[in-house]
Amino acid sequence: MIKFDRVSKRYPGSFDAIKNTSFEINQGDLVFVTGASGAGKSTLLKLIAGLERPTSGTVLINNQNVSQLKAAAIPYLRRNFGLIFQDHKLLYDRNCFENVALSLHINGILGEEAAKRIRAALDKVGLLSKEKSMPITLSGGEQQRLAIARAVVSRPSILIADEPTGNLDEDYATDILGFLYAFQQVGVTVIIASHELPHNIPDNMQNVVKVLHLQHGELTA
Amino acid sequence: MNQWLNQHIQPLQMVLGRMHQNLLGTVLMCCVMGVTLSLPAILFTIVDNLGQVAGGVESKPQLSLFLKLDASSSTKEAIGEQLKKHPDIAKYEFVSKESAWEQMQQNANTADISASLNKNPLPDAYFVTPKDIKPKNVQRLQKEMQQWDGVELAQVDSNWIKRLDTVLKLGKKAIFVLVALLGFALVAVIGNTIRLQIMTQLEEIEVSKLIGATNQFIRRPFLYAGTLYGLGGGLAAWLIVLAVVQLFNTSVTEIADLYASQFRLSMPNATITIAMLLSAVALGWLGSFVAVNRSLAKIEKL
Repeated sequence: MIKFDRVSKRYPGSFDAIKNTSFEINQGDLVFVTGASGAGKSTLLKLIAGLERPTSGTVLINNQNVSQLKAAAIPYLRRNFGLIFQDHKLLYDRNCFENVALSLHINGILGEEAAKRIRAALDKVGLLSKEKSMPITLSGGEQQRLAIARAVVSRPSILIADEPTGNLDEDYATDILGFLYAFQQVGVTVIIASHELPHNIPDNMQNVVKVLHLQHGELTA
Repeated sequence: MNQWLNQHIQPLQMVLGRMHQNLLGTVLMCCVMGVTLSLPAILFTIVDNLGQVAGGVESKPQLSLFLKLDASSSTKEAIGEQLKKHPDIAKYEFVSKESAWEQMQQNANTADISASLNKNPLPDAYFVTPKDIKPKNVQRLQKEMQQWDGVELAQVDSNWIKRLDTVLKLGKKAIFVLVALLGFALVAVIGNTIRLQIMTQLEEIEVSKLIGATNQFIRRPFLYAGTLYGLGGGLAAWLIVLAVVQLFNTSVTEIADLYASQFRLSMPNATITIAMLLSAVALGWLGSFVAVNRSLAKIEKL
């Protein structure tokens, strides 16, 4: 489903953020991208989600070569992904319901059908009672859960989370990871960037976990 | 179909909502556009009305041949023969100095003048209507006749019509230049307004792009905003023109009455109104299109 072949990424005027990286991610995998700050985790996620194009090598997503995609096709590629950012990237000028609605609106889904799906997504992350609240009134953990609701409401086949627990304390972090594991259980490919491998991965998931450990932009086994 | 419709209704509702929230700004924006658009529209109305005045006057050029005072009757007859045979002349009429004098004495306006004269100062004259009334032809004919024996003066009567025509043409050219300049100003004003709106919504645009919004999706609300500003501006301009014409007409009526004329400034007709509204809408759309495309290009580079 996602295949990297000798991929490098160099930002202008900088060293290689990702060096000569090859790996493969299959449908339903639970992938952890680990490594210290500056090891290239975010860059790798951006390459996976089609937010960046590789400097060299090929990135195949659903058998499409990202480098060869026309600019107009990129938005449709991105709709395969649900993205969860470390800084949430919520919109603070609208309430929870409307934040989640944005994902469906760009897909042209509106009205009753959209409302049903938005409430289902909010319910899944336990925020149904706060649909009219503004994001600024939510706690850090709740904001991250809202970001998850926005990412999953359009039913993406791949969920990507960049340090989703970075700013949260232990309890909230466990909470958030639990939600992400739940999506893996229903067949969604889940890719999580994290400082280190969480120690509380459920036993029944140990066999599907895949770890990509980065060091200075290179994969180490 | 339903989805397509939704994709247009939803951003339209959003834009209308935002305009309603910022009602004062929206109204001011429409006023700026209205005033700018109304300037050439008012000028056009004036020139158009003057053109109608000029069109109402008999504009067929006539040539007057005034003969020398000492022209003999054989010379007069010879000129009559020449006019008869001339291929470019539709008709001609001879007015002798005696009949002209008589007319002058009978005419109330000129009776006083004729009474103060003790002898007839008028020459014999031929009034000639040419077949081809193109200014160039008439002028050639006038030059030719001026050379004839016994002719004191060959005069074209329609000179002032031509002058007015030229001035009106100049007026129309001035409107064209004004429209072009002000149109450019409007594109800039709307473009700038939309650019500021984009800056306040930069976060929304970035997030939308990250989660897979197409450029059309992002552009749509801004294009609707620009188009609506254009429509509002066009309507404002139309109202301004109506008000100005109404205001002018009270004075024009007084002046026209003094000249015993029924002349009134006419309101802009349907063609002008629609052209004005359409060009306002087009300028609004263009301004926002330029602004939103520039911003999108900038965001993509980040």
